[in-house]
Amino acid sequence: MILGPIGFTAPWLLLALAALPILWILLRAVPPAPIRRRFPGVALLLGLSDDDTVTDRTPWWLLLLRMLAVAAIIIGLAGPVLNPEQDSAEARSGPILVVLDGSWAAARDWPEKEALLDTMLAEAGRQSRPVAVLRLTDPEPPVFQAAEAWRSRLSGLAPSPWAPSPGMLAEAAASLDDTEFETRWFSDGLARDGRERLLSELQARGPVTVYESPVPVIGLKPATISEGNVALTALRARTGTPREITVEAHGLDPSGTPRLLATLPLTFEADAAEAMGELVLPAELRARLTRFEIRGQEHAGAVTLTDDSLRRREVALIAGRENREGLELLSPLHYLEQALEPSADLLDGALLEILPANPDVIILADVATLSGAEQAGLLEWVEQGGLLVRFAGPRLAASDVSRSEEAPLMPVRLRAGGRTVGGAMSWGEPKSLAPFPEESPFFGLELRDDVTVSAQVMAQPDPTLAERVVAQLTDGTPLVTRKRIGTGQVVLFHVTANAEWSTLPLSGLFVQMLERLAISSAIALPDLSEMQGTTWKPAEVLDGFGKLRDAGTLPGVDGETLITDRLGPDLLPGLYEGPDRRLALNVLRDETGLTPAAWPASVPVLGLERPNEAPLGGWLLALAMVLLTADILASLALSGRLLPARATMAIMAALLLQMPGEARAQETQESIDKALRAASEVALAYVITGDRQLDQTSNAGLRGLGETLFFRTSVEPAEPIGVNLEEDELAVYPMLYWPITPDQPLPTAEAYAKLNDYLRTGGMILFDTRDANVSGFGASSPNGQKLQRIAAPLDIPPLEPIPEDHVLTRTFYLLQDFPGRFMGRGVWVEAAPADAEQVEGMPFRNLNDNVTPVVIGGNDWAAAWAMDERGNPLYPVGRGFSGERQRELAYRFGVNLVMHVLTGNYKSDQVHVPALLDRLGQ
Amino acid sequence: MSIAAPLRARAEAEAARFPALLARAEQLAGTVLLGEHGRRRAGMGDDFWQYRPVQAGDELRFVDWRRSARSDSQFIRQREWQIAQSVVIWVDNAASMRFASDQKLPEKSDRARLLALAVAILLNRAGERIGLAGIGLPPRRGEAQLMRLAEALTRESDEDYGRPDASGMAAHGRALFISDFMGDISAARTALTTAADRGVQGVLCQVLDPAEEAFPYRGRTIFESVGGTLAHETLKASELRDRYLARLAERKAELRTLCARTGWQFTTHHTSASAQSALLWLYTAFDGGHGR
Repeated sequence: MILGPIGFTAPWLLLALAALPILWILLRAVPPAPIRRRFPGVALLLGLSDDDTVTDRTPWWLLLLRMLAVAAIIIGLAGPVLNPEQDSAEARSGPILVVLDGSWAAARDWPEKEALLDTMLAEAGRQSRPVAVLRLTDPEPPVFQAAEAWRSRLSGLAPSPWAPSPGMLAEAAASLDDTEFETRWFSDGLARDGRERLLSELQARGPVTVYESPVPVIGLKPATISEGNVALTALRARTGTPREITVEAHGLDPSGTPRLLATLPLTFEADAAEAMGELVLPAELRARLTRFEIRGQEHAGAVTLTDDSLRRREVALIAGRENREGLELLSPLHYLEQALEPSADLLDGALLEILPANPDVIILADVATLSGAEQAGLLEWVEQGGLLVRFAGPRLAASDVSRSEEAPLMPVRLRAGGRTVGGAMSWGEPKSLAPFPEESPFFGLELRDDVTVSAQVMAQPDPTLAERVVAQLTDGTPLVTRKRIGTGQVVLFHVTANAEWSTLPLSGLFVQMLERLAISSAIALPDLSEMQGTTWKPAEVLDGFGKLRDAGTLPGVDGETLITDRLGPDLLPGLYEGPDRRLALNVLRDETGLTPAAWPASVPVLGLERPNEAPLGGWLLALAMVLLTADILASLALSGRLLPARATMAIMAALLLQMPGEARAQETQESIDKALRAASEVALAYVITGDRQLDQTSNAGLRGLGETLFFRTSVEPAEPIGVNLEEDELAVYPMLYWPITPDQPLPTAEAYAKLNDYLRTGGMILFDTRDANVSGFGASSPNGQKLQRIAAPLDIPPLEPIPEDHVLTRTFYLLQDFPGRFMGRGVWVEAAPADAEQVEGMPFRNLNDNVTPVVIGGNDWAAAWAMDERGNPLYPVGRGFSGERQRELAYRFGVNLVMHVLTGNYKSDQVHVPALLDRLGQ
Repeated sequence: MSIAAPLRARAEAEAARFPALLARAEQLAGTVLLGEHGRRRAGMGDDFWQYRPVQAGDELRFVDWRRSARSDSQFIRQREWQIAQSVVIWVDNAASMRFASDQKLPEKSDRARLLALAVAILLNRAGERIGLAGIGLPPRRGEAQLMRLAEALTRESDEDYGRPDASGMAAHGRALFISDFMGDISAARTALTTAADRGVQGVLCQVLDPAEEAFPYRGRTIFESVGGTLAHETLKASELRDRYLARLAERKAELRTLCARTGWQFTTHHTSASAQSALLWLYTAFDGGHGR
């Protein structure tokens, strides 16, 4: 039975509603039962009569409540269903074939499709109809199985990043056998060749229904450069209404984190299938772009990856000598600037300032010697893939660089002086170039006769020389040599970058050579001939939803197929790495267009939305329960029994509502109190490890140290405080004592963030492995291993064993040993800076300007410091007098440590040196 | 032997009850009394009270020669009046007193006994003789009397409402009535007027439960007396509240006027309030009676 949108599974039960009026009359006659109370004051009540007798009967609202409850039960049991499946009555039978286009275009609506498919499969399961799924992107002969089996595999049917090719459609059509089935085709809304054939094949075997989202597919073509801006073109499958979309440009920020760098709104005119726009970006940003995508379109067609073709290379030009005024044509950089300006972004400045900008190429024109820092920086940059191009010149020829042994940043050793040929003072004629060898990057460039070399620096014959030569003169002397360092390379032109030594910079060959070295890059899509025989390795590939993922172990792809073949299971869209460059393979190419699928009139096309069948019985029964509960409460209230309970309930409700908040408030209040206590006085603090015994020892130890400080110094600490790293504010504690146990929990990420803040802003942590450092840190001791795990995420500077002139040795007492209960020497502190030097006549080096953020040792100091309330030591240290001496030294270490924490490098200040020298007897 | 053993056990159980009461009463009394208390006036007694100049009519043998020798005039040494009174206490032990509206509150009878015994201890220390009306415990003093008192106080009656008993009162003695006075007022009136006729003055202490004062009941209810002899049914208890409270106020006013006429003092104590404040009031009421 169906009433409007609601149907009933057991409509006859509704007849029971007729009994409601009878119930009304019955219930009305029964008044609430009285409650008996003992009450001595009854003597005073005698003779008092009730004013009215209305409550003798059940009040009308209570009756209504009960009626509603009973009605809800009756209707609920009658099985009401919202939006019942109309067609369930005429249940079809026979197998179902689900055809999925499964292309990238289907990815956008995949969640809806998945949900619809899920309900369909559930329904098919109830009707025990076998189901087969045919994915056109990966056609396999359909196998009819129980629907539940397919349901569990739904997530594996996600769309692929390619579209079904005509071959795949034909294969799918061929794989069908002669069984009769009903077809449900989940279309992606795009037209394809060969689809008609498959459709007719399917129609021959049973009815076909198409499910397709009416929202047209939108795709993004690869970005191109036009007049220095990035031109973007979006496509859509269906025209008719104007539409606005937003294209997002994603890239890496300077720290390497992927970010949204820019957005570009594009507008489709009402009858346009394309929308174009230009994104104006600074070259710096453009170089960091990784991909464009259309906002809100979660499929691979809406993503276009960028490769090197969008980038202008950044070239840093550095000359050995400053330009002499007026002699521009003699400037070592003039010809380079002329050659590179149209196609590259030029940087100039000091080498050390340029290196952090990470240019693609650095050209050093006649730069001979580099400072240590420059050399190290350059070397690191080259190793990470930089291209360093050096030009020779008078200064290089005159210097000793790479003379006796090969300099790291020179490809070859050089002979002293170089040579001059064909000049006024020398024999012979200027030399010309020999044809480039096959393995040279310049191979195939046309030689010109007008290129002559009259002077050059000479390479020393070395075993490695032959393989490093990429260009040579006709007499066999190397002109250009190259050496690979790490992933980068160093190229040396043995001539100057200006026309002083050769005519090379004057010729067009120079520009071509620079291009071949990928210094300038007007890189278009490589043509077929260039791609022949190359292998491209996928670096990152797109999935159907347009998400980039690491290519992992995918096999390399032949260069030719990369350009000619359609995307498919063997050729995924993504970024491919070739010998010298990266190539992006996008789903949409420049020439592709999107056409909407056209289905013949005989095929019903449905949307993806389906009203869900919602059984209401459960809700109604729940409502009845609520009403009955309300009835119980109301009855109790009427008969006066609710009175004591009411207060209890109100209190409980208040408690339930307030308890978490109050508890939290209490917690924060506690934490604030603690912090206030710590902030109002100097308080030594220890990290609560969760080991009760150990925490007590820490507390007693810090109390003992506090007592000692109180007696001996002007530091008068308050009671020690146990710090919960997760909850407490750390900034108020000058130092933390952190004993290590193998089983203490690791702090959470938030606690680590707090600890790092604490360390960076001047806090100090004393780590104590309490194992006498028997095994050296990080070796086999469980405490040491635990310490390594705990300290790994901490921002700790390089450490060294405490040097003899460390300020800790003299902040209050003059100490050389730092014993606790154990007498280990291995106490580690922040390493002194590399350039700390001992000044003549001074006993100490000028060391770190800060408090060392950590002190790490294993001497179990807290146990040596530990005192009970009366000041008696709690743990034995050593034996006899020497033991007491050791305890005394432990206290002295504690005093020094706290002094160091509180006064920093005050005692390191050289002002105190004379007094200290005096005391040291020097 | 066979009889003695259960008797002994019962006796132990009984005995275990009133020392606890006694101890609590002692403790309560300890909070009030600090040392022996005199009558704060000159009279017969042992303790020195004051020197006063000799007036006409004073016999010469009363002159304190040692004091007079130090000055020109003569003085008489007066002693503090220390005369023992006999105080008779009546505590309502009827069923209506065994009521507490909340588990946290003591029963009225418990509070009444405590107050009575504490007052008895205080009076005993002050040298008065204490007796218990109703069961005929004649006024005596001493610790043994306190034990007897404690024992007698633990007896309970099955009656629904207690009737004040003015029998056994010495003329011109003192009396303390502790009850809820919920029963028939005429009994109280008779007892009070009888006592007043004999020159007995005293204190009327009404002990009430907070529920009796507030009447926090609602809905259809059958009220029963604790003894079960009386019952009253109502359909809407909340409607009765105002009228009940009016009757209670009327009862109190009646008791108050009764006391005013007979020279007694009247107080209402609630079991939710501290016993100490009530004890303090009772103590000053007794003391004040003498001091006037």
